[in-house]
Amino acid sequence: MESLSNKRKVLEAKPLTLMEKAYLPAIAKGMGITMKHFIKNVFGKGEVTIRYPEQKREFSENFRGMHSLKRDEEGRERCTACGLCALSCPAEAITMTAAERQAGEEHLYREEKYAAVYEINMLRCIFCGLCEEACPKEAIYLDGDIVPTDFVRKDFIYGKDKLVEAPLNQ
Amino acid sequence: MELSDIIVKVILIVVIFLISLVVAMYSTYAERKIAAFFQDRVGPNRAGPFGILQPMADGAKMFMKEEIIPNRASGLLFIVGPSLAIMTACIGSAVIPWGQSMQIGSKVIDLQVTDINVGILYIFGVVSLGVYGIMIGGWASNNKYSLLGAIRAASQNISYEISMGLSIIALLLISGTLSLKEIAEQQHGFWANGYFTWNFFKQPLGFLIFIVCAFAETNRSPFDLPECETELVGGYHTEYSSMKLGFYLFAEYINMFISSAVMATLYFGGYNYPGMDWVTAHVGPVIGPIIGVVALFIKIFAFIFFFMWVRWTIPRFRYDQLMNLGWRTLIPLAIANIVLTGVISYLLK
Repeated sequence: MESLSNKRKVLEAKPLTLMEKAYLPAIAKGMGITMKHFIKNVFGKGEVTIRYPEQKREFSENFRGMHSLKRDEEGRERCTACGLCALSCPAEAITMTAAERQAGEEHLYREEKYAAVYEINMLRCIFCGLCEEACPKEAIYLDGDIVPTDFVRKDFIYGKDKLVEAPLNQ
Repeated sequence: MELSDIIVKVILIVVIFLISLVVAMYSTYAERKIAAFFQDRVGPNRAGPFGILQPMADGAKMFMKEEIIPNRASGLLFIVGPSLAIMTACIGSAVIPWGQSMQIGSKVIDLQVTDINVGILYIFGVVSLGVYGIMIGGWASNNKYSLLGAIRAASQNISYEISMGLSIIALLLISGTLSLKEIAEQQHGFWANGYFTWNFFKQPLGFLIFIVCAFAETNRSPFDLPECETELVGGYHTEYSSMKLGFYLFAEYINMFISSAVMATLYFGGYNYPGMDWVTAHVGPVIGPIIGVVALFIKIFAFIFFFMWVRWTIPRFRYDQLMNLGWRTLIPLAIANIVLTGVISYLLK
């Protein structure tokens, strides 16, 4: 077949020379390479791993971790329980129940409607970030850490107690 | 045999047994640590300083784990397999000379459990018994993949034993004895009468063949096909769990220790080191042999390190390549080495 890109490289399996067939020179070379690494690491200079529980690797800017429900600059919850995040969620991990803001609760919720119950099933969530994109109120961000492990499935359903940002002045 | 001799022998046996167990135990730790260093990692560092208690933790885990015996496995043979593996690994140490004879008062103590005049043959006999441990383990599991793994392991061990034996014959041509004690004695010191005394300098090709076969016999990488992870089963010990599996793995490390000791004795002068006569004359007939023992152990540890070094450098062979190397390269090479040694020693006479 005619090559379109002209980038094809024909590889031929050449028969090994006697030196290559003996293997030993190549093995000696390889052992030299590993020895270099060994000596470097004995003096503790070459390790590329991170000693995890003590040290943590910085995540990249666009890492998507655990969700958090944001507050506005006065410390009120931004979420207005519109349900767009739940609608956009391809894994159907988000559910919520809306409630009406009562008089005297203006310092708690920004809009007249708020999410009384807001739950994300972390076992279903695929961390696609579509909820973040869908939210018109900039209320939900996936800017947290890795979701911690747990033993029971029900403990992976995160309610508002785990999702809402800590109050401002605390 | 006097009673005191018997007591000395019993002490020697117990000490050698304990040493081989401890060395095998810490080989597992050393392997993990050395592997980490070769791969730019840290390795075990949780149990104790630098993870020095890791073997204890591993051992405790092995003993605590649930023991599973497959339903239709052959009950007795299933237990015999790992026992045989670890037993054959341990009894090889009986003929290795650990040091020169030690003189305490008028009493001369041999640092060797027994000096039989067929020492090398004994080692070979023990090593070939080790195949039974693998074969029985694979057979008794009642698992066709285990059986396949066992057959593969057995054929590998037997194939490489041939070239190993042939490489030894060339060594026997120049030493003229099968006793390991005498072979070690012949390599006295380091330099005598204008020659290097160590057999490595007289038999470099033989040593090369021997060490390759030793890798295959101990089932170490690059010849670790018996426990082939590429086929997603553990080979002959697929069905084994808890300490029975531990025995199989432990036997491998004891084998490594013993074969390192054999290689050091046969080719690298055993307990001999340069300038040993001068040292012995100055520190006396008790400390002198002990320094020899230390020299032997340094050689052994160097070989164990070499085993691990190779493991993290060379990728595993394919099975047909393994057989090819054994039958079509090493055996002709070993025979050529015998002829070469014969001709040279005839010309030199």
